[in-house]
Amino acid sequence: MTDALLSVRNLRVEFPTRRGILTAIDDVSFDIMPGEVLGVVGESGAGKSLTGAAIIGLLEPPGRIAAGEILLKGQRIDNLDAEAMRRIRGKRIGMVFQDPLTSLNPLYTVAQQLIETIRTHADISEAEARSRAVALLDRVGIPAAARRIDDYPHHFSGGMRQRVVIALALCAEPELVIADEPTTALDVSVQSQIIDLIKEICAERGAAVMLITHDMGVIAETADRVAVLYAGRLAEIGPVREVITAAEHPYTAGLMGSIPTLTQDNARLVQIPGAMPRLNAIPQGCAFNPRCDRAFDRCFKDRPDPLDRGNGRKVACWLFDEVGAAAKEKANV
Amino acid sequence: MNRFARMWDSDIAWSFRHSPVAIVATIVALIIILGAVFAPWIAPYDPFDSASLNLMDGFTPPGEPNQFTGNVYLMGTDNQGRDIFSTILYGARISLFVGFAAVALGMFLGIGLGLLAGWRGGWVDSLLMRIADVQLSFPSILIALLIFGIARGFIPPSMREEVAIWVLIVSIGLSDWVQFARVVRGATMVEKSKEYVQAARVIGVHPARIVVKHILPNVMGPVLVIATIGLALAIIAEATLSFLGVGVPPTQPSLGTLIRIGQQYLFSGEWWIILFPSIALLLLALSVNLLGDWLRDALNPRLR
Amino acid sequence: MLAYIIRRILQSVLVMLVVALVSFALFRFVGDPINSMVGQEATIADREALREQLGLNDPFLTQFATFIGRAAQGDFGISYRLQQPVMELILSRLPATLELALVSGVLAFVFGVGFGVYTALKRNGWLSNTIMTVSLIGVSLPTFLIGVLLIWVFAVELQWLPSFGRGDTVQIGGWTTGFLTATGRASIILPAITLGLYQMTLIMRLVRAEMLEVLRTDYIKFARARGLSNRAVHFGHALKNTMVPVITITGLQLGSIIAFSIITETVFQWPGVGALFINSVRFVDVPVMAAYLMLIALVFVVINLIVDLLYYVVDPRLRVDRAASRH
Repeated sequence: MTDALLSVRNLRVEFPTRRGILTAIDDVSFDIMPGEVLGVVGESGAGKSLTGAAIIGLLEPPGRIAAGEILLKGQRIDNLDAEAMRRIRGKRIGMVFQDPLTSLNPLYTVAQQLIETIRTHADISEAEARSRAVALLDRVGIPAAARRIDDYPHHFSGGMRQRVVIALALCAEPELVIADEPTTALDVSVQSQIIDLIKEICAERGAAVMLITHDMGVIAETADRVAVLYAGRLAEIGPVREVITAAEHPYTAGLMGSIPTLTQDNARLVQIPGAMPRLNAIPQGCAFNPRCDRAFDRCFKDRPDPLDRGNGRKVACWLFDEVGAAAKEKANV
Repeated sequence: MNRFARMWDSDIAWSFRHSPVAIVATIVALIIILGAVFAPWIAPYDPFDSASLNLMDGFTPPGEPNQFTGNVYLMGTDNQGRDIFSTILYGARISLFVGFAAVALGMFLGIGLGLLAGWRGGWVDSLLMRIADVQLSFPSILIALLIFGIARGFIPPSMREEVAIWVLIVSIGLSDWVQFARVVRGATMVEKSKEYVQAARVIGVHPARIVVKHILPNVMGPVLVIATIGLALAIIAEATLSFLGVGVPPTQPSLGTLIRIGQQYLFSGEWWIILFPSIALLLLALSVNLLGDWLRDALNPRLR
Repeated sequence: MLAYIIRRILQSVLVMLVVALVSFALFRFVGDPINSMVGQEATIADREALREQLGLNDPFLTQFATFIGRAAQGDFGISYRLQQPVMELILSRLPATLELALVSGVLAFVFGVGFGVYTALKRNGWLSNTIMTVSLIGVSLPTFLIGVLLIWVFAVELQWLPSFGRGDTVQIGGWTTGFLTATGRASIILPAITLGLYQMTLIMRLVRAEMLEVLRTDYIKFARARGLSNRAVHFGHALKNTMVPVITITGLQLGSIIAFSIITETVFQWPGVGALFINSVRFVDVPVMAAYLMLIALVFVVINLIVDLLYYVVDPRLRVDRAASRH
């Protein structure tokens, strides 16, 4: 996996609080290949957005990367100084945030924000930057881009604003775009348009996408591979088809059970009982054990590491460990 | 609810234990307040007993024996031979009395009018809130000055000295009711629309009972914060008015009056007459302010 | 836009009417104007004649209308204490107060915004913490104490600057200015610092709080995520957004500066309207009190109006009609 665009290695993110240290992301590893779409799913609080923030170097203090490495094309970026990291942001890694209504500075026109960003990363004239900006706005589907570019953000609708945000994230041609819940704040009617736009435009430019969402349906339609996070830990990762059709981790299986499909319209949606533990109350062993109907004694003692299941799949579950499985067989006898 | 209250309580306690500023401020404020309350017992001299004053003792520097009488005073004496330390204790007594009384008046008025505005709504509310808006757009010291001036106009000149301190309390109290009223009104409107209050009204519980049992407890936190910061402001306002010569009469000097008197001797080198009352006023205002600041942060973790 | 301005002006007029009513009530009911104008020896007939002549027997509304009519022409009667037309007194002292307010307002704004931005950006630096602590003392320190302290240090001990008065002034038309003479400029330094310090701490704390709030917003995060330099994020994006509420409140502070000049003028014996007012309170000089009240209300109302319009210019979201015309 040396040709990965982005490698996250054993990442741990901690928040010191007055009642001790909270580990929000614990030993998470994954790769993103050039041009691929990696979906990252999980419930709120599972650490999806924090992973994105850690990669782009924008963790809010007191949050900090406590262990692990992040490599962009083999070069470490988690320990860069502020100025070097700033040059990577926007230029090599772009980011799209959840809420387009609050992502744009209300006091500047779209043109001002676009031109400023383009000229930060490329040494070109204002006029040139402006023509690029217009072309980009046109590409992301803003009608009459040449005229609308001088409008303020509040003149645009939510969906249109998210298109502007996408244009801003892409205007310096990054190799990786982190899209953090890009459609959550939007009307259902425009959600799929925005997702399609991100996918298309990134494919066009050969940019990889890390698509953070809690919507398994979006992942199924968009992603090449999917990583499932639970309580700050990686539960399962693998090609999206395989994970969806044959989820191995009981948590992923539960998530799949909660997607309505056309083929099984009479079956009831499965709900996972209970709720994700709070960060200060993660149980010993596997974090999912209180909610898992297949948990056995080892799940309550030791924490499972992601086990290689072939074809790029990994699952952090004792059910797939030879020794563990054997022990379980024995226990069941 | 009880458990929640206990948690909240312990949070405040935790925050207090871990805030050196709050602890020091409390100690300083307590020392000054206790010194003021027990002034007649603590003060080495009675500065208002003209029989015990000796003009020969005047202008004694702090800690040095007087050149005529040989008496030594911790903080020196003023022009009339009064012991500065004692005048500060008595002065703080008056400053604190005016401060507490003014805040109590402002709080009483503010809570009352806030409840009235929030509960009744309609034109009563609009009228009170417009008055509050207009008053809030002017500095409260100006309002206090104005009320003071008007009140003096109504009082016959012969009585002005006598009632000055009460006029002062009313002026300052009337100038700071708005903050209380706004908070209480907001909370009242929120609570009023809640179902349990609606239910209580339907079954005929007296409004006064609803207000006292349900609404007042909800606003105690913010009211306490406003009152604490208001106390610091009232003490400063009193000192300012007295310094300007429109506050308490010189026969009952507050800290502000002492500073006013001391200013006259600044140029002739008797710095202690103004310095020690100024320090006392600063410590008092600062410690109360810091306490208010801490309290606001402790009750509103989000603001930290 | 026009409708908005008209509405704001109407509101301002209403506030002025209310203040005028208070002034009038003050004028009419505080003490007996006749007693203040004539000596003890005047006969009852004389008093009654004067009453009639002054219109004090007219119905309330007529008297109020007369009062407003005169006030609009700048006629507030004669000062009881100084026996001069009130308007003349005020006009001769207004330049001193306005110059003082201007200098301290500029000081307060420049240093307030500067320190506020610095302490917001360098949140836990030792210099920030020092500035914050000193500012808290500044807020707790009564204005008059600051003045006394400055006099002690710079006028008594160091003898660098004068401790009272305006120094030499130059008459330009109806305006006396102290800016053109060396003593005038030296004289304004201490009072201006005294008057501006409290406002500066307020502006600084406001700027800091607003800036911290803005720095937490999504658009700042997004600006960082686009790789904009710290300079662009802090000064291009965060500061501009911070300034919207700051301008409103700072503008309103300008009125407070004029009101607070009462204290500073007393400490430094500055010959402005504030000192005039405090003496009118001390001696219950009602016409001066009433006129000062009207004047300060007018200043507040005008500043409010200007600030509102400024707000409108700074924040494009409020320019609704422009947006409407584009769609």
